Amino acid sequence: MKILFYGYGNPGRQDDGLGIAFVEEMEKFVRENNLPGISFDSNYQLNIEDADTIKDYDMVFFCDASQEDIDEYCITKISPSDSHIEFTMHAVSPSFVLDLCQKIYGKNPDTRLIHIRGFAWNFMEGISERALKNLDSAVSAFRQVLPDFSENNISVLENISSCYFDK
Amino acid sequence: MPKKITIEPVTRVEGHGKVTIHLDDNMNVVQSRLHIVEFRGFERFIQGRPYWEAPVLVQRLCGICPVSHHLAAAKAIDMLVGAGNGEGLTATGEKMRRLMHYGQIFQSHSLHFFHLVSPDLLFGIDADPSVRNIIGVAMENKDLAVQGVMMRKFGQEIIEATAGKKIHGTGAIPGGINKNLSIAERNRFLDGKAFPNVDQMIEWSLGALDFFKDYHKKNKDLIDNFAAFPSSHLSLVRKDGALDLYHGVLRAVDAEGKVILHDVDYRDYLDSIGEEVRSWTYMKFPYLKKYGKKNGWYRVGPLARMNTADFIPSPLAQKEFEQFRAYTHGKPNNMSMHMHWARLIEILHAAEMMKELLHDPDLQGEDLVVTGSRQFEGIGLLEAPRGTLFHHYRINEQDQITMANLIVSTTNNNEPMNRAVASVAKDYLTGQEKITEGMLNAVEVAIRAYDPCLSCATHALGKMPLEITLLDSKDQILDKKRN
Repeated sequence: MKILFYGYGNPGRQDDGLGIAFVEEMEKFVRENNLPGISFDSNYQLNIEDADTIKDYDMVFFCDASQEDIDEYCITKISPSDSHIEFTMHAVSPSFVLDLCQKIYGKNPDTRLIHIRGFAWNFMEGISERALKNLDSAVSAFRQVLPDFSENNISVLENISSCYFDK
Repeated sequence: MPKKITIEPVTRVEGHGKVTIHLDDNMNVVQSRLHIVEFRGFERFIQGRPYWEAPVLVQRLCGICPVSHHLAAAKAIDMLVGAGNGEGLTATGEKMRRLMHYGQIFQSHSLHFFHLVSPDLLFGIDADPSVRNIIGVAMENKDLAVQGVMMRKFGQEIIEATAGKKIHGTGAIPGGINKNLSIAERNRFLDGKAFPNVDQMIEWSLGALDFFKDYHKKNKDLIDNFAAFPSSHLSLVRKDGALDLYHGVLRAVDAEGKVILHDVDYRDYLDSIGEEVRSWTYMKFPYLKKYGKKNGWYRVGPLARMNTADFIPSPLAQKEFEQFRAYTHGKPNNMSMHMHWARLIEILHAAEMMKELLHDPDLQGEDLVVTGSRQFEGIGLLEAPRGTLFHHYRINEQDQITMANLIVSTTNNNEPMNRAVASVAKDYLTGQEKITEGMLNAVEVAIRAYDPCLSCATHALGKMPLEITLLDSKDQILDKKRN
């Protein structure tokens, strides 16, 4: 099973860098434990070329900061039918990327969004203390399940977050 | 009763905009304005920071064109460290920066054309917005959509290889560059294994030009007359008059082609260019001082560059340039929709230049940085995808930035964009009390031709839609539409 963790956001705006920080932590863990088949990528924002990036994976985890009133972090299944055409290229959504991937490559990787709650968005580097706790929770949870994660036990994702949406 | 129309936000434009249109008692358009309502104050924000942070800090202005800000700031910082004024770097330092810049031009222009413009061309301005987008393009013309995706990816890969990483790239440093391009990195762009190679990029660039020219033949009236108006044009050109997107002297021509700014050293830009503040927008209005606030405005960007340059120093783009210039019999081209044509010529030029640089052994050189005596003022200009970009810094004895002045490309195009909106408003909204989807999109198409980055222009962040409001002479809202 080929898995991609893809973080996006602007680390120059405090907690907006949560998605990228999460991916950095996961990459460290995967390297330390020599886990095969897992790749990583990051960028300021998603854009059209990411349809090409995700096409060769079985499962994709987009990782982003969230301003929503959620518990620590959420995992949401992304569907291409949710695709919303954005008016600006600053903010292409995961569902848009998946939809474009499906339309031009005929590929439909199982795609999830891990969104971690942030609190501070000023022009500074460094994640706020409150958001760091949420980041730690998300990282710890994925560290537990990742070594044995496969297409046969995707349902374990349900057990690692109180905030899980499969539809 | 006089009316007023407001349009906000502009879809598929990098930033937020609001358009207001005033009608008089006879339903004639009497005034239209593109307002920029965000303000970030980036120039103040970086004051007090050490100067060497500037090339990395300013990238946060925009997630779409961070490389342009990175390089313009780096050129200014070169001056601060006594490393010349854009001409004093080592061959490896300058060529690595140029490759990064061509990658940026290539990806940004490709994104604009394939993602933002091709839906309008394929489906028409009046088409249902639910199909007039890149997903619609993918359904209608899959090859075109794939090419757009892969051309954007190629440019991004060039940026990553030269800047070191995608986010907060640090490639350009004071006096040069922090890495060269290894043979292995270079080969990725030539062998076509990881993604289509640079020759394929050239071929697709030519294909995109054919696509546009074919559309032009069939839709001459729209492409030649939509939002067309005479203007002056300004850009950097190489000292011999060639198109040069990385470095050169400032040249401006008027609507008839007369040179009105004669190849000025850009370090003296303050002698030639002023900025006017108007109460109804946060975006300033630059102008050539010699011609005053009223008449000194000009256009920048791909169209302006085709009008100011004498030739393009790459063979295939030069051929296209000759066709472009012949279309207006050598006179400046003042047709806003020809901006797309000009942009496609630049995509081709960028692809050709990337190929030339990828075969240049200087990119594997080890001499990366030059040093000199510290100065207290640095000015760096380049031609960003959207037009001339100015970065100007002053520092104190403690190396802190005490003054920063940024004139971004979209700011330079402020007056032209307002003129374009006025032109379209008169054609589409005169006599109307309601805003239709077609009218809304016509205004957007006019603004979109300039590929504005309103986020850069006002130094604001966030989602930036467009809203149009129609008002009467008493400022009563008659209609409001938002995409």
